[in-house]
Amino acid sequence: MSSALIYACTGAALFVFGVTGLILLSHLLRKILAFNIMGSGIFLVLVGLGQRSGTPDPIPQAMVLTGIVVAVAATGLALALVRRLLHFTGEIRLPEEP
Amino acid sequence: MFDPIPWLILLPLAWGCLAFLAGVGRGGRLAFAGLIIQLALTIVLARQIAMEGARHYAVGGWGAPLGIDLYVDGLTGVMLLLIHVVTLPLVVYARAYFSCQAEGVGYFWPLTLFLLAAMNALFMSADIFNIYVTLELLSLAAVGLVAAAGSAGPIAAAVRYLLVTLLGSGAYLMGVALLYGTYGSVSLTVLGPLLAATEISAAVFLAAMLMLTGLLLKTALFPFHFWLPPAHGSAPAPVSALLSALVIKASFYLILRLWFDLFAPLVTIPVAQLLGGLGAAAILWGSVLAFMQVRLKMLVAYSTVAQIGYLFLLFPLMMLPIPEAAESALQGGMMQLVAHALAKAAMFAAAGVMVLSAGKDDIALLSGMSSHLPLTLFAFALAGVTLMGLPPSGGFIAKWLLISSAVNGGQWGWVAVMILGGLLSAAYVFKVLCQAFLPPVAGVKFKPVRRVLEWPAFLLALISLLLGFRSGEILSLLGGG
Repeated sequence: MSSALIYACTGAALFVFGVTGLILLSHLLRKILAFNIMGSGIFLVLVGLGQRSGTPDPIPQAMVLTGIVVAVAATGLALALVRRLLHFTGEIRLPEEP
Repeated sequence: MFDPIPWLILLPLAWGCLAFLAGVGRGGRLAFAGLIIQLALTIVLARQIAMEGARHYAVGGWGAPLGIDLYVDGLTGVMLLLIHVVTLPLVVYARAYFSCQAEGVGYFWPLTLFLLAAMNALFMSADIFNIYVTLELLSLAAVGLVAAAGSAGPIAAAVRYLLVTLLGSGAYLMGVALLYGTYGSVSLTVLGPLLAATEISAAVFLAAMLMLTGLLLKTALFPFHFWLPPAHGSAPAPVSALLSALVIKASFYLILRLWFDLFAPLVTIPVAQLLGGLGAAAILWGSVLAFMQVRLKMLVAYSTVAQIGYLFLLFPLMMLPIPEAAESALQGGMMQLVAHALAKAAMFAAAGVMVLSAGKDDIALLSGMSSHLPLTLFAFALAGVTLMGLPPSGGFIAKWLLISSAVNGGQWGWVAVMILGGLLSAAYVFKVLCQAFLPPVAGVKFKPVRRVLEWPAFLLALISLLLGFRSGEILSLLGGG
């Protein structure tokens, strides 16, 4: 198994963990962490599969940098919203569907 | 030759930053002036597309693969015109709305302008990674708008919306990663022929499934619709109108683009039938739930769930072996997209005025509204005519094209669903109208509202109704690219 494939498989596993956590966990902080794990998995797949015969390809690396910026912004927004929710309801969980 | 393409992205970004610097609750006048300029630019661009056809634009002179390529064709032209025509009256409406009810104005103006910039960029993107970035920009701005109202309900709806939309774009980006890993490119123009020429590997198949699922989640197709009614129903009325009319159409546009430009060699009749089946379920389930709502804005939000269903009927109909049937299915789907955007913006705007006047979001409180706000109720009814699909509205043309395509192909099941859907939408529209025509309850006082609040909804509803007469132009622009 080449190193590129190891990265890609690890990334795929992290992605699956992240998606599972995002769907199944009910604590919102854990959901946000799960989203970040999912993101890291995707970035690993991008960089891992992007290597051509062992030499790193700069284009997926630039994409991953952009992806990290987006993920940081989304995490920041999510944290701010969760704090507001905590302020109103006193809980870090989503209320049941009305 | 003057080229409006880069300005359509740069200008709203610049207006948005200026509105942000101006401070909380400010920037309405700037948005109005900016939108008039952008609408003019869009018209120039649409004329160019109609005369010279589709074209590429290399940002900063750096073409793909090093730089970013933009691409405009007939479909882009229709979408750009649509969002500007819908947003301009809503800007007038939002200024009046927030002057009556300051709650939720927060950073409405900068967020709306960023939303527009993201949508413009999304419609003109020519590579799948750039599409991911614009999708995220769009979602973050939309979530910010939902949360702006600030109380517990909207915040919870915004958190749920944010998590769903992040999951959707995560799945989409994973698809992009797999496609890049297989083909070493993200450009739609490069990938399309590559996919058609080579044997499809399992990774590409997985990528297509992930991207499609992610986008379906963002479009809120049944059974992924659970996040939409709370998010659209609890936001301030101008925000609900923007989200319901335009934002979900952006991810639908992407499904359409990817389906035809990229995954055409992969799509099979069972997959198309599955999408159509989910659409049919959305039409019936969404309409029934809309009818059962007691809150007016939730009723309108569930009606969006139902109307999204019609859009997905075009996929099975497009697979019909008869060329005329397939063509009228695509045209019908696009007309439904345009007509629903206009009608739903009008309906949410009208519902917002009625809620503002009644003081509470409850259909039972609407008795006597017909004599208090006749123009607003008329706008609501006109928008309802489009949703039901009665002539001469744009919704009628859309449903007519879809039904005739289904009849042409002998697909009677879809015909039955569409007719039943029309009847059900009549039921929930008339539920509101009947209540509004009841005599006013003694002792209930409606708050007076400013006249300027009533006209934008009426204008939007009128455009959606008269669209039926001008559908030829839209369809020819669509075909011109």
